[in-house]
Amino acid sequence: MKILTCISHVPDTNAKIPFKDGQPDLNGISFVIAPYDDFALARAVELRDQTKGKLTVLNVGLADTEPTIRKALAIGADDAIRVNAHPHDAFYVASQIAAIAKQENYDLILMGRESSDFNGGQVHGMVAEMLGLPCVVPCMKLDLNGNVAVMQREIEGGKEIVEVALPFVAGCQEPIAEWKIPNMRGIMSAKTKPLKVVEPVAVENYTRIIKYEMPPQRSSVKMIDKDNIGELVRLLREEAKVL
Amino acid sequence: MSNVLIYVEAENGAAKKSSLEAVSYGAAVAEMLGGKAVAVAAADLSADHAGELAKFGADKVLHFGGTVNQSSEIAELVAAAAQQENAAVVVTAKSINADGAVPMIGVKLKASVATNVTALPDLSNGFVVTRAAYTGKAITQVSLHSNVKVLSIKKNASGTKEYNKPLAVESFNANISASKITVKEVKKQTGEILLPEADIVVSAGRGLKGPENWGMIEELAKTLGAATACSKPVSDMDWRPHHEHVGQTGIKVSPNLYFAIGISGAIQHLAGVNSSKVIVVINKDPEAPFFKSADYGIVGDAFEVVPKLNEALKAAL
Ligand SMILES: Cc1cc2nc3c(=O)[nH]c(=O)nc-3n(C[C@@H](O)[C@H](O)[C@H](O)COP(=O)(O)OP(=O)(O)OC[C@H]3O[C@@H](n4cnc5c(N)ncnc54)[C@H](O)[C@@H]3O)c2cc1C
Ligand SMILES: Cc1cc2nc3c(=O)[nH]c(=O)nc-3n(C[C@H](O)[C@H](O)[C@H](O)COP(=O)(O)OP(=O)(O)OC[C@H]3O[C@@H](n4cnc5c(N)ncnc54)[C@H](O)[C@@H]3O)c2cc1C
Repeated sequence: MKILTCISHVPDTNAKIPFKDGQPDLNGISFVIAPYDDFALARAVELRDQTKGKLTVLNVGLADTEPTIRKALAIGADDAIRVNAHPHDAFYVASQIAAIAKQENYDLILMGRESSDFNGGQVHGMVAEMLGLPCVVPCMKLDLNGNVAVMQREIEGGKEIVEVALPFVAGCQEPIAEWKIPNMRGIMSAKTKPLKVVEPVAVENYTRIIKYEMPPQRSSVKMIDKDNIGELVRLLREEAKVL
Repeated sequence: MSNVLIYVEAENGAAKKSSLEAVSYGAAVAEMLGGKAVAVAAADLSADHAGELAKFGADKVLHFGGTVNQSSEIAELVAAAAQQENAAVVVTAKSINADGAVPMIGVKLKASVATNVTALPDLSNGFVVTRAAYTGKAITQVSLHSNVKVLSIKKNASGTKEYNKPLAVESFNANISASKITVKEVKKQTGEILLPEADIVVSAGRGLKGPENWGMIEELAKTLGAATACSKPVSDMDWRPHHEHVGQTGIKVSPNLYFAIGISGAIQHLAGVNSSKVIVVINKDPEAPFFKSADYGIVGDAFEVVPKLNEALKAAL
């Protein structure tokens, strides 16, 4: 069983990101595996162990993402690929992943539901379409039964149980697995696990980010006394006009 | 090439409110481009309801007789309709199935894709969309420069608008290959207001102490016609179902009114709710960080404040 997990390298979710001249100022901000990708990775490690298979992690990024890739190796991936390119947009990233997957014929490609920086929620669907594979998003549970996966998928107001034969792509979210913290042995062995750097395939760019801004700030909070609840109702109706 | 194609999803036979917003959004873009707004819907939209789309701005409705349940099927339907109509822009409302279809539509039509779009595009210099990024911590302007553009819009990106257009429903045929995904079972709470669709959301956190205390939250939601939501630890502990969990790792909502009751206001929670129009926070701790991101706040014990608020609302509404 060959499993691929794609990870994005994103600012720590606790970080407050300042924006300077329309660009995020990422100086001094620590980077992590995006939270949803961490769920995908954790389940991929479990499935690799169950099937005695092989797990590869893949990132499209410049050399500064290597510590994040090493962390995924420490968590349990067997080897890694970095496509040496700035991840221009989702289509660019998906084209790189698809190019590698076409050669490698993975049985299972697990990704996060969405990256936590650009929040596109697109790469999995694009890769699936490029490879002609089914895509299950958001996947909350994934069990293998031979060649078939049984999954729980979130839908509005509930969930559904779906079945699909390998190979396929899934975009994962909790509670698919518990996030794994690397242990000392993992950290040591990660240093020597293979990390292959490959050059990107050429892809046309369809998008360009012009600028980032902070979302509009709320004016300061109006406090209402707990013994004067009627006032809140009045303000919601007359001032905010939302009732 | 200046037409706009809008994918419409339905619930119980009628178009979802978010899809009606998408129709009005698409009609506004079509006006900017000097083209027509064409809606496409499958059989989940009943024939009686198809005509209603004209009121929200559709010049024409393509009605497909079959059903499309999986994202790949939606993608095939929408791509076929977009090709027939020579659409320059495809619009969908954010929903779990449409979100899955959008990237596939992008690849099929060799289109650029923008998700989480929060406003009408700016056409003064190319085609520039505004979208939410960094999980609500930023908004970003992205220029799209392929011939075809696919936009997935967030709730309240433009709102609905009333139009006075004649009704024009055409039946539409497309060859949709059956999805390789088999649905074995659907577990859905019926009669509930869907969280991403709701205008008002009543959300509660760990401050409520236990699942047995959600009665007053459900009562309040009922009075307001609101959906219920919760913080992550609450769904992690199974006090509430997972599909109610909002935030960075849950559902992102942008209702008109969001009540946060017994929720501290962690950055990851705010990420999913801070694009709500108006936020009301009820917390017993005056130092709770959520007050800094609220419009209205009440310091008090939820067990005392919520029932009183419910009574006051019942009397007023
Ligand atoms: C300086 C800068 C400029 C940028 N400019 C643009 C721009 O002009 N247009 C634009 O669209 N984006 C731009 N981006 C964001 C871009 O790099 C995104 O990371 C990329 O578009 C994919 O993000 P997404 O949110 O669409 O991914 P999603 O579709 O939300 O990701 C889904 C899943 O795909 C996988 N995945 C995502 N990214 C990667 C990756 N790099 N490697 C491996 N797996 C991955 C993960 O498993 C992830 O959970 C820019 C970023 C930076 C830092
Ligand atoms: C990567 C990552 C992703 C995350 N994603 C999410 C996410 O998507 N969504 C999310 O919600 N969290 C998320 N979290 C968790 C988040 O950091 C917080 O831990 C969580 O939001 C706290 O939930 P809470 O506010 O319900 O609980 P607490 O932080 O415990 O707050 C409870 C609040 O209730 C108040 N309170 C107590 N008793 C009463 C009473 N009787 N009446 C009124 N108020 C009372 C307290 O003053 C307190 O402010 C994430 C964390 C990480 C690290």
